[in-house]
Amino acid sequence: MTTTDPAPGPGLRPDSQSPPAVRLRDLSKSFGHVQAVRHVDLTIDQGEVVAFLGPNGAGKTSTIDMILGLSTPSGGELSVLGMTPQQAIRRGLVSAVMQTGGLLKDLTVGETALYTASLFASRADVPAALRRAGIAEIADRRVGRCSGGEQQRLRFAMALLSDPELLILDEPTTGMDVEGRREFWGSIRHDADRGRTVLFATHYLEEADAYADRIVLIRKGEIVADGTSAQVKSLASGRTVRATLPGATEQALRTVPGADSIEVRGDTVLIHSGDADKVARYLLTETTAHDLEITSRGLEEAFLALTGDDGNTGGNR
Amino acid sequence: MTTATTAELRGRPVPPMGGFSVTALKLEIRRLLRNRRTVIFALVTPSIFFLLFGLNAAYANQSAGKGNVSAFILISMALYGAVLATTSGGAMISIERAQGWTRQLRLTPLSPPAYVLTKMLTSMVLGFVSVLAVYIVGFATHKPSMPGYLWIVTGLCVWIGSLVFAPFGLFLGYLLPTENVMQFMGFIMMLLAFGGGLFIPLSTYPHALQVLAKFTPLYGLNQLVHWPLTGGSMDMWWVVNAVAWLAIFTAGAVWRFRKDTARV
Repeated sequence: MTTTDPAPGPGLRPDSQSPPAVRLRDLSKSFGHVQAVRHVDLTIDQGEVVAFLGPNGAGKTSTIDMILGLSTPSGGELSVLGMTPQQAIRRGLVSAVMQTGGLLKDLTVGETALYTASLFASRADVPAALRRAGIAEIADRRVGRCSGGEQQRLRFAMALLSDPELLILDEPTTGMDVEGRREFWGSIRHDADRGRTVLFATHYLEEADAYADRIVLIRKGEIVADGTSAQVKSLASGRTVRATLPGATEQALRTVPGADSIEVRGDTVLIHSGDADKVARYLLTETTAHDLEITSRGLEEAFLALTGDDGNTGGNR
Repeated sequence: MTTATTAELRGRPVPPMGGFSVTALKLEIRRLLRNRRTVIFALVTPSIFFLLFGLNAAYANQSAGKGNVSAFILISMALYGAVLATTSGGAMISIERAQGWTRQLRLTPLSPPAYVLTKMLTSMVLGFVSVLAVYIVGFATHKPSMPGYLWIVTGLCVWIGSLVFAPFGLFLGYLLPTENVMQFMGFIMMLLAFGGGLFIPLSTYPHALQVLAKFTPLYGLNQLVHWPLTGGSMDMWWVVNAVAWLAIFTAGAVWRFRKDTARV
């Protein structure tokens, strides 16, 4: 016998439509005085492979925890496949590969997968999941004796067991060597080709570039860019117009033509754009901006500036 | 590309009974028996204690209710083993928390009550094996003597009575997020065993300690499990003691448990 939950949340759409895999509306999370996630709006459609790109402490894990129902939002709403995270988890629709932990050292690889599989309503094919994660041959090995990469593959196998519609990976290749990382992403990519929605967090630009269809750049709890890999790259490789404009607000500058991202630091305005000339022309003719400066940046440098904390490079918390 | 409709998504089944699974229970038991320290702790220690304390030649001839003193001590040691088993089963949760396993389980349909039930049943199995081991060792020495049915009755009383300590283990497990909880727990249980009169008869304690002992968690339970053997009138205080401590431990476990699930 199985039970079903009452119809969840704001479900006005007919049953025959496909809800987005993830829908975040004005989502916020604060820990005491620290605002980890600030008013994030994001919709991920089914079948997309999306990278959450940003430095450590940008709010990626906090957002993922809320999508997985591991923490409660401080404000805003979210739905996962048209239901609450808990409802989606109970149906095995969402699964995750977390960065570390989450394994019992005294179980074997096979026992761990069997344990996890037994908790879901629809019995999964344990050997098949182990095969797809490339760890079938170490099924009898104790988890405590597995390498970091093997443990990560086990987490991946566990995440596949319920045949989820949405797979979430939180910095899954941390601590893996280049070869391990490439193989791991190979299996993920291969799996995503079957139509599964994948959302992964990373702080490696090249990882996002190579494996995602869409990149969401997150910085200090806010989305600073959202687009295809090519779009984000062009954004990152554009130029920055710097000007002095007393009394400017980010809100007021949204209308500047050609602006991709806007930052106001006191009287200084920083506008990033793929068409810096257009921005400069507008600032000089339509506003009182002065002391204009246009700089171009390398790809990596631009990314760090876009996601870093007030010009510091990544790695800050 | 095909996408799933709302109807298809909602139609995916939710497991019954909060995801409670017999397969998971079996794996938990296998895991517990694989842990050498736990097995020694709960199975071997009480048996050795019986061999040390229960075989005095005088005890075989000294009567205690319907049996002899050796049988009395056998029951005490079985109780000690059983409560060690149920407590350590619950306390395993703290190790699992430290390893992030409880967090991982929250990404499955397994509900926290179903998880706790699995852990309780697992420690009950260990408790059963512990009582059985002590009784087999005792039987093999031919020293304890009591009517045949009392072996079964007292054994069952000890096993079921040890449930009082299952929430205590859970409580400690949630309270102490450390890999060293087992050592700490062993020390506490030793103190409680002395307080409850499991190792040394309370009548040999100074008066003040005797009064204090009546308020410790193993006191009531220890008296109750010996009652089928010793006979006589049942003191209501024993029941009050056992029930009160069960309530306190359960309240403590529920309190920490709520806090834990709210926090993560």
